[in-house]
Amino acid sequence: MPRSRFTGLIVIAVVLAVLPFLLPNNFYLDLAIRMMINACIVLGLNLLIGFAGQISLGHAGFVGIGAYASAVLTTHYSWSPLAAMLAGALGAGVLAALVARPIFKLKGHYLAMATLGLGIIISIIVRNEAALTGGPDGMPVPALALFSFEISGEKQWYWVLSGILLLSLWASLNLINSPFGRALRALHGSEVASQVVGVDVAKYKLAIFVFSAVFASLMGSVTAHYVGFVTPNVADFFHSIELVTMVVIGGMASIYGSVIGAVLLTALPQALTGFEGWETVAFGSILMFCMIFMPKGLVPTLAAKFGRR
Amino acid sequence: MNGEWLPQFLQFLFSGITVGAAYALAALGFTLIYNASNVINFAQGEFIMLGGMLTVFFLQSGMPMPVAVVLAIFIPALVGILIEKLAIEPAKNAEVTTLIIITIGASLVIRGVVQVFLGKGTHSFPAFSGSEPIAIAGATLLPQSLWVLGVAALVVAALGWFFSRTLMGKAILATSYNRLAAQLVGINTSRVLFISYALSGALGAIGGILLTPLTLTSYDVGIMLGLKGFVAAVVGGLGSGLGAVIGGLLVGIIEAMGAGYISSAYKDAIPFGLILVILFFMPRGLFGSKVTDRV
Repeated sequence: MPRSRFTGLIVIAVVLAVLPFLLPNNFYLDLAIRMMINACIVLGLNLLIGFAGQISLGHAGFVGIGAYASAVLTTHYSWSPLAAMLAGALGAGVLAALVARPIFKLKGHYLAMATLGLGIIISIIVRNEAALTGGPDGMPVPALALFSFEISGEKQWYWVLSGILLLSLWASLNLINSPFGRALRALHGSEVASQVVGVDVAKYKLAIFVFSAVFASLMGSVTAHYVGFVTPNVADFFHSIELVTMVVIGGMASIYGSVIGAVLLTALPQALTGFEGWETVAFGSILMFCMIFMPKGLVPTLAAKFGRR
Repeated sequence: MNGEWLPQFLQFLFSGITVGAAYALAALGFTLIYNASNVINFAQGEFIMLGGMLTVFFLQSGMPMPVAVVLAIFIPALVGILIEKLAIEPAKNAEVTTLIIITIGASLVIRGVVQVFLGKGTHSFPAFSGSEPIAIAGATLLPQSLWVLGVAALVVAALGWFFSRTLMGKAILATSYNRLAAQLVGINTSRVLFISYALSGALGAIGGILLTPLTLTSYDVGIMLGLKGFVAAVVGGLGSGLGAVIGGLLVGIIEAMGAGYISSAYKDAIPFGLILVILFFMPRGLFGSKVTDRV
C-alpha cells in the first residue's frame, strides 16, 4: 500500500515538531533525545533481525566502536570529530565485513553465540585498554563541532536528532520496498528458495550486516558527543540485549515498531525508578510478559487487531 | 625459569580443570534444556549464582552445611520448573529470538530478586574439607578442587546412568530426537520438559555451590558463568552430552592457560575468542551432528 506508506512518517514528523513546546523541561528533552538515538540504532538492527532474519546479540559492540572512536581519536590524537566519527564507522564496517562470511554460515543459536562472543570481546577490550579508554571509569568526549559550528544544549541536539531520525525512517521505508528490501525479506522467508530464484544470499547478508554495524557505530559517536562522556557500558552485553529487546517488543520487521520499541524501553527505566531496588525484577517481568503474550511485538499485534498493516 | 615450566603448567592445568568442571555442569544444563525444548536458556547462569548465594544465605541463618546444600540445590531446581511452566510453555512455538528474550527476562527477575533480598555484597563460605594445599610435582591443588572434580565426575556418571538405564532418561532422549514420535509412542513429553528444567537448575546450582569457596559469589556472577557454560555447550556441539563435558573442560583449561601465559586481563575474552575460531571452522561445534535444511 504505497499510499499509506509515509503516513506514519508524517505523523512522527508532526509529533517531533510540536514535542519541544509541550515538554516542561530539559529532563524530558534529554529523554526524547535518547529515545531518538536508540530508535535509529534499533532501525538498523531491525533491518538485520526483522527483515533479514539474522540475530545479533553483540550489536552494542558496534555502538561501542563508534563511541570510543570518537572519544579516543578526538581526545588523544586531536582528530576532528567528523573524521573520528567516519573512522569509527569505517572500522565497524570493516570488522562487520570481515566476520560476516564465517558468521552467516551459522544459523540460529550458533549465530547468536558468535555475535554475542564478538560483542563481549569488544567490550572487554574497551574495559581493559585503560590507557586509551579510561577503563571501567570511562572518559570525557569533546563537543561535536562541524566546520566551526558546535552543537550544544538539549534544544540543538533535539533538532539534529529529529532530522537524523526522520531521514533514517524515510531511507528505511524506501529500502524495504526496493529490490534490496524484497531480497532481504525473501531471505527471511526461506534462504534456499531465495537462492533458487537467484538472490545472492551471502552478498545480501553481508550488505545488511555491514550497513547496520556502520549505522550503530555512527549513532554511537553521536551518543558519545551528546552525553560528553563514554563508559564501557555502551558496548556491554546488557546493552546488546536492550537493543534486541527494543526490536522484538516494537515488532520484528516493523519500521514504526522500531521507534515504538525504542521509545518504550528508553522510558521504562525512568518509569521504574519509583520501585526502589525492584527495577531489575520489574524490567525482567515486563520483558517476559510482552514476549509471552505478544511474541510478534507491539506494532504488528495491534495492527493485526485493528486490521491495518 | 626453564626448569620451572612443568609446575607452572600443572598449576594452570589444575585451575583450568577445576573451573572447567563447573562450566561442564552448566553446559550440561544448557544441553538438557536445549534437547528437551530447543530453547537456549540464558537463565542457566543464574542457577549457578543461586546455588552459591542460597548456600551462603542458609548457612548464615544457622543451618548445618548438608541441609543448606540440599536446599540450595532443590530451590534452583524448583525455579527451573517455574521458568518452564510460567514462561516457556505459554510461549510455545515462538521464534528463537523471542525465546531467548524470555529466558533473559527470567534471568533478570532471578538476579533482581536475589539483589533485593540478599544484597549486592560478595560472599563465600569455607571450603568443604579445609584449605591446606596439596603439593603435586611442584604445583599445588586445593582440596576444594578435588571436591569440584569428584562431584562433577559423580554427577556426569549419574547422568550417564540415568540416560542409558532408566525409562525416564530414555524418554528424555527419545523426546529430544523427535518430540512428535515420542508423543505417539506414549511418552509424556510435558513430564520430560518438567524433569529437564529441574535437572538443569540442579546441575547449575551444584556447580555454583562447589565453586563458591574458590571464586566467591555475588548476585551478578551468573552472567559470565552462564555465558561461558553456553560457550562450552556450543564448543561441544549443542545437544551432545559428552560434547558438553569435553567442551566445559576444554574452555576451562584454555582460559586458564591463556590467562597464565598470555594475559590475565583478557581471561574472560578467551572463551569467546575460542568460540569464534571454532565456529568459523566448524559451524556445528566439535561434536555437533550435521543437520540439513528441509525446504
